[in-house]
Amino acid sequence: MNNISGKAAIVGIGMSQFSRNSGKTELRASCEVIRDALDDAGLVPLDIDGLVKQTDDASDEHAVTSSMGMDNLTFFGECRWDGAPCAMVLRAAVGVVAGVANYVVVYRAVNGASGVRMIPSMRTSGQMSTADLLQWTFHAPFGHVSEAGRVAMVARRYMHEFGATSKQFGCVTTVCREHGAKNPNGLYYNKPITIEDHQKSQSIVEPLKALDCHEEADCAIALVITTAEKARDLRQKPVYILGAAQTMVPETEEKNTYYRPDIAELAEVRESGKRTFEMAGVGTKDIDVAQLDDSYSPFVPMQLEALGFCGRGEGAAFCEGGDRIRIGGTLPMNTSGGSLGEGYIYGMNHIVEGARQIRGTSPNQVKDAGLSLVATGAGGPASALILGGSR
Amino acid sequence: MTIQYNPEQPIPMPAIMWDNQGFWEGVKRHELVFQKCKGCGALVHPPRPVCPKCRSVEKEWAPSKGRGKVHSWVTYMESPHPSFKAPYAVVLVEMDEGVRIISNMVDVKPEEIETGMPVEVVFDDISEELTLPKFKKVG
Repeated sequence: MNNISGKAAIVGIGMSQFSRNSGKTELRASCEVIRDALDDAGLVPLDIDGLVKQTDDASDEHAVTSSMGMDNLTFFGECRWDGAPCAMVLRAAVGVVAGVANYVVVYRAVNGASGVRMIPSMRTSGQMSTADLLQWTFHAPFGHVSEAGRVAMVARRYMHEFGATSKQFGCVTTVCREHGAKNPNGLYYNKPITIEDHQKSQSIVEPLKALDCHEEADCAIALVITTAEKARDLRQKPVYILGAAQTMVPETEEKNTYYRPDIAELAEVRESGKRTFEMAGVGTKDIDVAQLDDSYSPFVPMQLEALGFCGRGEGAAFCEGGDRIRIGGTLPMNTSGGSLGEGYIYGMNHIVEGARQIRGTSPNQVKDAGLSLVATGAGGPASALILGGSR
Repeated sequence: MTIQYNPEQPIPMPAIMWDNQGFWEGVKRHELVFQKCKGCGALVHPPRPVCPKCRSVEKEWAPSKGRGKVHSWVTYMESPHPSFKAPYAVVLVEMDEGVRIISNMVDVKPEEIETGMPVEVVFDDISEELTLPKFKKVG
């Protein structure tokens, strides 16, 4: 396979405030952050010839193109699933390295709190995707209808096999909130919690408590990707894409992964991590800071195992007490707060924070961070990035 | 019963299509059947149009002995859907034949469920249109 390591870079970032009511359409939010990302990079809309959208988002490429006056669109398309974010950056990088586009914008805008929640209607016609078919045919009639419930099923099995505890999961949330408490852009600025708060929080779907689960939020994020050569002429310090991969395996379903032998392992994360490390030519010990999928706290210890930061079944103990994963620890993670401590936009904010760590502009900066890992899409089709300040 | 329905709200109906209708026809006649590949004999659940082991499209619906063990379970403490009254449990059962199925228990409270608990299939005729395969504790 061709190795595109270091041949493309993130050169522009636009990100809105996280809120519970943005007061604007997702299209407007998309355009505003794209405008901000172009300003950040020192580019104008006519420079942009590529757009990568997330399938579920409302702001279609042509509406963005028309609203922004982008006359030169020649490379556009969608990535799907919750694990899309890193894969969207990969697609953009492939486009610029292949030379079919010069400057590609990756964007998501979600009014997750103020708009329609992501629970699909009760569709019973033939007009559904195969993932919907599984959900509505073999799960929904039994009341297995919420995403938290789907994740709880895997979390329970993980606890059973390895003795992981709710309190260990709570340490993940506590550290995310500790980091998020210092991030004025997030929902939880100045709002740290204790492990007791976690343990006392309401059981939503056992074994998960309210503070194990992200809350819906309104936010929009755009990133600009170009080649390493072009990146050098732009306004910001380039954040090079040293590793990138997107994977799924047999019996991958979006958080409904119950039908393969081992459901207490995130096989997609394992595979995307392996390929990302291979492309970058680095190992887990080289990573200075990580942004992992913390949409549900049990995913964090499971990802630590799948990515090779600890052995099978050791992830929960790794998170216990939080010292290893907070700023100053052996693997500081989710330094913006992540989904649990900053806000939820499916991990797009994790890429922003991964890039900010390389730029040196994080609200919780890891000193001299040289390599930054980002993982999105635990419990489903997954993707990952390794970002760095030099090629 | 570990799951109770709100009579004013329709239960989400399974979307029955070519690839999965044999399963639901079996359930209707109170028989738990799983897709079995005629090419290599592999059991496949959830049903797929092609056998992932040998790529055959020839399949039959093989009766299960109906016995299995709880592989994992969850308890919904608040209901995410108006049809179901919380608290209720959802179980993932691993059948003795090796396939897994999402379902509910009929005879134990959520707090009495344990991973590894042996269970046996029963059939719940909820309405004229809907029969669901559920499980009871064995022993």
